[in-house]
Amino acid sequence: MNNKQLQFWAPWVLLVFTIALWQLICTVFSVSEFIFPSPLRIATQTWEFKEVILGHAWRTYWVTMAGFGIAIVVGVLLGFVVGSSRLAYAAVYPLMTAFNALPKAAFVPILVVWFGIGIGPAILTAFLISFFPIMVNIATGLATLEPELEDVLRVLGAKRWDVLVKVGLPRSMPYFYGSLKVAITLAFVGTTVSEMTAANEGIGYLLISAGSAMQMGLAFSGLVVVGAMAMVMYELFSYIEKNTTQWAHRSSNNE
Amino acid sequence: MTPTDAENNFVDFSNVWLAYNEEFLAKKQFAVEAIDLQVRQGEFIAIVGPSGCGKSTFMKLATGLKMPSIGKILIDGQPVTGPLKISGMAFQSPSLLPWRTTLDNVLLPLEIVEPYRSNFKAKRKEYEERALKLLESVGLGGYGDKFPWQLSGGMQQRASICRALVHEPKMLLLDEPFGALDAFTREELWCILRDLWAVQKFNVILVTHDLRESVFLADTVYVMSKSPGRFVVKKEINLPRPRDLEVTYTKEFSDIVHELRGHIGAIRQTTAVAA
Repeated sequence: MNNKQLQFWAPWVLLVFTIALWQLICTVFSVSEFIFPSPLRIATQTWEFKEVILGHAWRTYWVTMAGFGIAIVVGVLLGFVVGSSRLAYAAVYPLMTAFNALPKAAFVPILVVWFGIGIGPAILTAFLISFFPIMVNIATGLATLEPELEDVLRVLGAKRWDVLVKVGLPRSMPYFYGSLKVAITLAFVGTTVSEMTAANEGIGYLLISAGSAMQMGLAFSGLVVVGAMAMVMYELFSYIEKNTTQWAHRSSNNE
Repeated sequence: MTPTDAENNFVDFSNVWLAYNEEFLAKKQFAVEAIDLQVRQGEFIAIVGPSGCGKSTFMKLATGLKMPSIGKILIDGQPVTGPLKISGMAFQSPSLLPWRTTLDNVLLPLEIVEPYRSNFKAKRKEYEERALKLLESVGLGGYGDKFPWQLSGGMQQRASICRALVHEPKMLLLDEPFGALDAFTREELWCILRDLWAVQKFNVILVTHDLRESVFLADTVYVMSKSPGRFVVKKEINLPRPRDLEVTYTKEFSDIVHELRGHIGAIRQTTAVAA
């Protein structure tokens, strides 16, 4: 087995090992299923409640994607404005940083007052928590443009807009895709946190209700499912990133 | 100046001074001073000087990226008021866009400069052929679909020169384009530039610190002094054309290089004393 194959299988091996160890500890010390369920218990519970879990998972998924979609649009637009104008950068950046420092979970009660229990708070929390990295990355990509690349176009009499479209935006694409990977996982956090207090559906709601019913296996199933969804989306964006901005990820082997 | 002279002069700097901002202007700190320069249509000039002498500033003036604080610049009979669409430029770093293939990089000026810009989509095939032909002429045939980072430094620089020439500019500005290359690649590119120029007869302004390069390629060499940035020597190179690389090993050639070297040495000494 060569190095590359080893790297491919390593996470799976570690996962299997961790689950096996977990199961072993639970069995050997006969840990109560109400305190800390074994992987086997979680698996059987997941299967038993598969329809319920699937329903909640779907809800969390599409709510997250809706929030994430808004985050992309707003993040890209704001990033574009902030990154292409020094004045906008100076004006907006400090405020945005201050905003980003606020815990987004604290917005949920306010959003409930405005939009009621349901999808409103969840979508908006997912959006609020995930647009910031997108904005910052687009802005950084545009603001750190090498003056030489800009001069190449400017000597030809290119307008600012030309420079942005031909050089600025393509150059920030790796930053953009990089930020999507971070933002999508944050969006799942936002949705789940919001659903825990402000929804009657979704994985967050499932976690709370399973917890209060002492259904620990089911609660853990919820965690596994939301983790898996975030992981899959992360890998998807990672794949898109690798295949669209190959020029930024070249290594000495493929030159 | 008689009208015929004015017609013959493609580039005409008359008493040009540049301070980078108002503050420097008030303190009379100029990056370049009292530049008088007349270049004939199709002439190849080289500007040599120690680093930091304002060569790049001169380039910015010639491309219209900077406006002179005092004086007037005419290019092709027109006063310079902004970036010129009739010029192409190549820098020391190839500055190719890594997300575009070599061909697409070369096509870039055609997407910006009129009249190509408006019919770029319609005539793309024709322009692609032109770019490929140009790439072929600098020895990059078959590399059009490679990305810049798959090419060596010398190949990237060739592509960069193609990009500077694809829109058939009347003036080619080269800012130390061969500075980062090894000696053999550099000499190879001298010959490529020499041949391109011999065919197309565009104006060239080459900024360099390599005296052999300037003597081999140029019709006229100007030596620039450092702070203040001024032209101190103008030297016509009367070596017969076409020049072969062999010419660089002749006595005549090294005499000229020697003479220029003497001027640069003199400049350095005077500035050292002044400082």
